[in-house]
Amino acid sequence: MGKFIVKRVLGLIPTMFVIVTLSFFMIRLAPGGPFSSERKVTPEILANLQHKYHMDEPLGMQYLRYIGDILHGDLGPSFKNKDFTVNQLIGSSMPNSLVLGIVALAIAVVFGITFGLLSAVRQNTWVDYSTMSVASIGLAVPLFVVGPVAVLVFALKLKWLPTSGWITGRQGWKTIIMPAMTLALPYFSSIARLTRASVLETLRSDYIRTARAKGLKDSVVMVKHVLKGALLPVVSYLGPAFAGIVTGSVVIEQIFLVPGIGNFFVKSALNRDYTMILGTVIVYSAILVVMNLIVDILYGILDPRISYK
Amino acid sequence: MKKFIAPAAIFLAALLVTGCGKKAASKGSEMIIENGAEPQSIDPTQIQGNVEQRINAALFEGLVTTDPKTCKAVPGVAKSWERSADGTILTFHLRDTTWSDGTPITAQTFVDSWLYLMAPSTASPYAYMPAMVIQGAADYNAGKADASTVGLRAVDDHTFEVKLVGPVPYAVDMMTHYSFDVLPMHAIKKYGKEWIKPENFVGNGPFVLESWVPQEKLTVIQNEKYWNKENIFLSRLTFLPIDDMTTAYNKFKNGEIDWNTTETFPLGMLDEVKLRDDYQVYPNLAVYYLALNNDNKTLKDVRVRKALCESLDIKELVSKVTNGGQLATGAFVPEMAGYTPADGVKFDIADAKKLLADAGYPDGNGFPKLTYIYNTSEQHKKIAEWLQQQWKENLGIDIVLQNMEWATFIAKRQAHDFDIARDGWIGDYQDPSNFLELLKTESGNNDGHYVNPDYDALLEKASKMPAGEERMKVLHDAETMMLDRDYAVVPMYIYVTQNLIDLNKWEGWYSNTLDLHSYTGIKLKK
Repeated sequence: MGKFIVKRVLGLIPTMFVIVTLSFFMIRLAPGGPFSSERKVTPEILANLQHKYHMDEPLGMQYLRYIGDILHGDLGPSFKNKDFTVNQLIGSSMPNSLVLGIVALAIAVVFGITFGLLSAVRQNTWVDYSTMSVASIGLAVPLFVVGPVAVLVFALKLKWLPTSGWITGRQGWKTIIMPAMTLALPYFSSIARLTRASVLETLRSDYIRTARAKGLKDSVVMVKHVLKGALLPVVSYLGPAFAGIVTGSVVIEQIFLVPGIGNFFVKSALNRDYTMILGTVIVYSAILVVMNLIVDILYGILDPRISYK
Repeated sequence: MKKFIAPAAIFLAALLVTGCGKKAASKGSEMIIENGAEPQSIDPTQIQGNVEQRINAALFEGLVTTDPKTCKAVPGVAKSWERSADGTILTFHLRDTTWSDGTPITAQTFVDSWLYLMAPSTASPYAYMPAMVIQGAADYNAGKADASTVGLRAVDDHTFEVKLVGPVPYAVDMMTHYSFDVLPMHAIKKYGKEWIKPENFVGNGPFVLESWVPQEKLTVIQNEKYWNKENIFLSRLTFLPIDDMTTAYNKFKNGEIDWNTTETFPLGMLDEVKLRDDYQVYPNLAVYYLALNNDNKTLKDVRVRKALCESLDIKELVSKVTNGGQLATGAFVPEMAGYTPADGVKFDIADAKKLLADAGYPDGNGFPKLTYIYNTSEQHKKIAEWLQQQWKENLGIDIVLQNMEWATFIAKRQAHDFDIARDGWIGDYQDPSNFLELLKTESGNNDGHYVNPDYDALLEKASKMPAGEERMKVLHDAETMMLDRDYAVVPMYIYVTQNLIDLNKWEGWYSNTLDLHSYTGIKLKK
């Protein structure tokens, strides 16, 4: 197992290298550049700007300079948020996305598994129908609809919660309720559906029949055998889901004014903020590959049929 | 019971804390401002745009600042100024004032600041403004001459002399712009790039930087050293970077912000917003127009360009499509004091049809498929669809619509790689030349590539003339030539500024043509 982990971690290095290299050259293919502006800057000023950011050097040279910098942990200055480096911006926004993501995912996992399990056990009853209806709605209705509706109801009409803001502001923890619930909704839906399907399948498998035949109590069968087996697809879903949820959702961040990293993902691409695009790509891919690794390890713990060689 | 009391007390305390916080935010002399987006920078040498300008007006002050109603220059660090007889030398008399850390601001500080902003190594995107009007500045900024050739001089601590490239009548008004700010050179020397961080910050405006959390908020508090602090009634300003207009509007409706600076409301929201008492709308010094590619073989024909112009009922556009109080215009330059815009384009379908027939396209037959490009936005899309329909109905021609994301759009437009493109210009200062210079042959913003040496000559002539009617007449003639004779662009409408602020609650805030708001005099009504 230890060997497996070391091998996988070492394998991450070339993966990351390929991602960074491809991204570096691909973003430069998009029309426009970081100094594009509605008012065209004069050629003299453009030359000054390009010189300042070393963009007057050949592309290969820029690439080597960038690789050198990131090996030292320096993601460079942001072209658009000029008073901050990419490290500072990611450092200040990532924790907010993490907090929101973890809270949302916790809600999604707890409720998703509980209701998924309930609908499987009580298949074709009102519990099953209502859970699956909510789950279908959660998957079908986009966040940019759910978010504003939540604001309309809970903030503007009922006045229970602030319309938007973040936990560090005046309104404190109240601000996280709506974005976390909204963000959790599609994940809840997926987890509930996955759990239900998987539990139903597991219930019909031979080893459950054996367990029952041995005279084990229903609750023991459910928790120790059914759930453990049924959680495998959920666990494999959670890896990428975690990466997705903690790297922010631009829709949620804009509607609820969460100062997270999701905004940078979209805006840096639109603004051609090259260093910021690469910074966010590196963070996202690092989280994604690490989460996949964790999922693989968890698989081994949950499923004895898998061994690491 | 005890078990119950402790959590209840904590809950109550939390409620009180959050409750009190809310009260302080909307009352007192704090002002919470929805500022549109995350500022790109607060360093005056690096900023561009309204988002940054609103913060800059709180933190810095140049020689002159803007009158809150007219946007004309009023004394700032300079208490008075005069021009030489030929109009080319401006002498400013500075007041005794200091930076927020107590360091004096002298004429030499201005010389050093402006040279720093214009230095090629600073790479200031707005250096072209001082470079346009100060003698020797353009060459210095381009790295072709050294600092000693720039027409700036500290005569003594309180007298600052600026040599201009000509009489430039609008020079002093132009100096209200942030590219003419004074900079704390001592702090820049000491802290380098980090000088704008809250712990190092030094400014000379009515406020100083208190905190800045990217994407969350930027707050400023009163500058105790500001020379005019008796007229500052706000203790703190909080700037919230809100991109999403619905979010901003909801926050405003819920009383969570005091001033919503949203520049253009989405069409779907406008009907509701317009009915509000706190909706402030005012004509802006800005024009929405269409760039026609003058190099395109169809559009090269002035009859075609004129037909495209004359076949649009712009009044219908502003009343039915944009619907936000925009003013239909046939002219390119918005109205401003002392200037009469060109007669401009008139809506005349019969003439447009005749012109198109004369050009070889009777009833639009044989007219090539031209493409209209615009950057993706709900408003631009509605306008594009309206244009397509008008040209189809009135001239029988088909125009293809193509939307693209912003950076691609700008790159295409600036490369003249289009047939017809959405375009616009927001004035920096109140002089017609600010608009007309766009269409000079060599201008980087001459997107449609209009080439007319006579037009260039008229603008060149005006640039050497002193202020007055004669100069305005020359500029009027230039606009008339470009529009009424050459139909180089299609003027559409004059923008409006759209702000939400309750003027029954706040006084000292005024709508104005440049949408520039100084914080002096703004206070809560009693």
